[in-house]
Amino acid sequence: MTLPIAGGMDCDLHPAVPHLTSLLPYMNDYWRDQVTTRGMTDLISQSYPTNSPIASRPDWRPAQGKPGSSLADMQRQALDRFGTATGICNPLYGVQMVFSEDMADAFCRALNDWLVKEWLDKDDRLRGSIVIPVQSIDKAVAEIERCAQDKRFVQVLMLVMGDMPLGKRHYWPIYAAAERLGLPIGIHAGSAYHNPPTSVGWGSYHIEDYVAQAQAFQTQLTSLIVEGVFARHPNLKMVMLESGFTWLPPFLWRLHKFWRGVRMETPWVDRAPLEIVRSNIRFSLQPVDAPPDGDTLNRLFDHMQSDELILFSTDYPHWQFDGDEVLPKGLSQDLVRKIMIDNPHATYARLQVKETTP
Amino acid sequence: MNIQIRERPDAAASAGIKTAIADCDIHPARATKDELHPYLAKRWHGHLETFGVHPYQGMMEGPPYPKAQPNASRRDAYPPEGGPQGSSLSFMQKQHLDPNNVALGVLNPLNTGQGIRNQDLAAAICSAINDWQIEKWTSKDSRLKGSVVVANEDGVSAAAEIRRRAGDTNFVQVLLLSRNVEPLGQRRYWPIYEAAQDAGLPIGVHAFGFGGNQITASGWPSYYIEEMVGHSQCQQTALASLVLEGVFERFPKLKMVMVEAGFGWAPSLAWRLDKVFARLHAEVPHLKRKPSEYIRDHIWWTTQPMEDPESRDHLFQIIEWIGWDKLLFATDYPHWDYDEPSRVLPAGVSDANRQAFYLDNAKQLYGIA
Repeated sequence: MTLPIAGGMDCDLHPAVPHLTSLLPYMNDYWRDQVTTRGMTDLISQSYPTNSPIASRPDWRPAQGKPGSSLADMQRQALDRFGTATGICNPLYGVQMVFSEDMADAFCRALNDWLVKEWLDKDDRLRGSIVIPVQSIDKAVAEIERCAQDKRFVQVLMLVMGDMPLGKRHYWPIYAAAERLGLPIGIHAGSAYHNPPTSVGWGSYHIEDYVAQAQAFQTQLTSLIVEGVFARHPNLKMVMLESGFTWLPPFLWRLHKFWRGVRMETPWVDRAPLEIVRSNIRFSLQPVDAPPDGDTLNRLFDHMQSDELILFSTDYPHWQFDGDEVLPKGLSQDLVRKIMIDNPHATYARLQVKETTP
Repeated sequence: MNIQIRERPDAAASAGIKTAIADCDIHPARATKDELHPYLAKRWHGHLETFGVHPYQGMMEGPPYPKAQPNASRRDAYPPEGGPQGSSLSFMQKQHLDPNNVALGVLNPLNTGQGIRNQDLAAAICSAINDWQIEKWTSKDSRLKGSVVVANEDGVSAAAEIRRRAGDTNFVQVLLLSRNVEPLGQRRYWPIYEAAQDAGLPIGVHAFGFGGNQITASGWPSYYIEEMVGHSQCQQTALASLVLEGVFERFPKLKMVMVEAGFGWAPSLAWRLDKVFARLHAEVPHLKRKPSEYIRDHIWWTTQPMEDPESRDHLFQIIEWIGWDKLLFATDYPHWDYDEPSRVLPAGVSDANRQAFYLDNAKQLYGIA
């Protein structure tokens, strides 16, 4: 077993909103009244049904309430357990699914304020991701600017499946704001379900939706690269969260081959896709979609041609590993240090020792 | 990739093609718009003239994303007698089959009844194309074998067409495309799988197709390159659907070929499926084995566009994870991203694996002596 080292950064923790009513104190009178009068239900996404095995490791599932809803549990089961110095909270509450941009805006503001009050204020190891009402670019940018005043917000959070491919110019004001404020864009598994959850339509099963997250990340990476997001925003970092990463090398072989063939179509892509990934894209560690032997995994790292791409994550409380085996077998101590400490610190500008933002 | 037009190297001097090869993805084209008319009932001639094929897309003519080259095909592949690339048997023989020593060429017609909304028209066109494959191609050159094309959205009609062609040695497989109205594992397609299994025909699933679904799970992208790369993700999802719906449990003798969608992604997808299955098997109790085992036993992969990592060791490791016995060489002639037979496989492959890759796997799968 490869042991975690103390002082690491856990880049993917999921604090759960107990219920939509938990956000009422953070809404104005109008939205409090809307939620109550209309009898709105809890915003639980199909991506993570509360009782699905993947939504929580069995021994992390609380006696009552949603997995991940208790700070004390998260401290004991993840932060203390793995010696984590810094943990980034990525709330997966289903605010992206709503269709009204006004409602999404109200819910996102409440969610971000809730995160500060209920989590960040209570454990100084924790940092937050800004959840944005992606239904409206103007409102999303405003929310980024509002939350970014609190330096404990270190990232902007989006879902891998939304209304349009993420490279589309439509989204660029979000990227400009993030780059300006030193915030990476975290793209997390999950769908707004505004489109079918796979590129060939609606499947029958939850397991299909989950497997298809990896394909969704692949198409988004294509979109982000070929639309030229990183030519326009060279300092922008994006972090693929709960994406898997063993698909990356063959994906890049294919993208590289077609880029060479048809680059006249996107002449602004002036660097090879692999180079763009190396400079701008990172991946969280979990899930590790590979066999459990260290030999295969080390070959896969070799195929990735870089030891700087992976950032440590537990994906707490999702069920990606058992016991203390958060790090796959066979990783060298040097690579463990990079994954747990060096790579995350190089990614999250706001967590570097010296403040670089004015 | 054939952006440059240049003299090709002497075939005999190249390591890969001293001996015969199988090309498991050749695209025959119609020389003229009316070439199918002899095989189509009269009522459809006027119908096509008036209404077109009415596909699951907006454009009356041409693809939603303009290709990089006319007909997505090599600029040097226009037949001297006229017509689009891939429309002349004699020129295909001269340019491709003869110099590359193709012993077995599998025809995969693309512009067929698949992706057409009117299912009666779809069935008529598919049946016509199957007749046309025999008359124009396979009966004239015994190296060529056809693929039974079917009106895929109407499983019953498709199954009837497969049964009609069962036992006809002009055909070696049934052809489907990866992008359909629903994921390929869905029950509406099961009559196709049943008929193919009964006929002893593998099913080729070619990357592509228009079932109306956006080519990403986040909507329509902007560029042709996104469609090209995206076919691989569609294929991954279609394969996951086939496995997770239990198609290979229900049809245990069914064999499928993933055509022109890459194979490098197969190990990662299989590992992901296995890992998630370990958590969520309760949802899919109809599966009796690990997903990777169905893939290992039921799936073959054509090679073009060949995976092209900087390090050949990476390529070899991927192939070892999949199995040298599962790859079928293909060129994609006459398309622009054609793979040159002599250049596809790097040095360092054993003679036995080379022989399996270029010819023997295909002969065995397709039952060619």
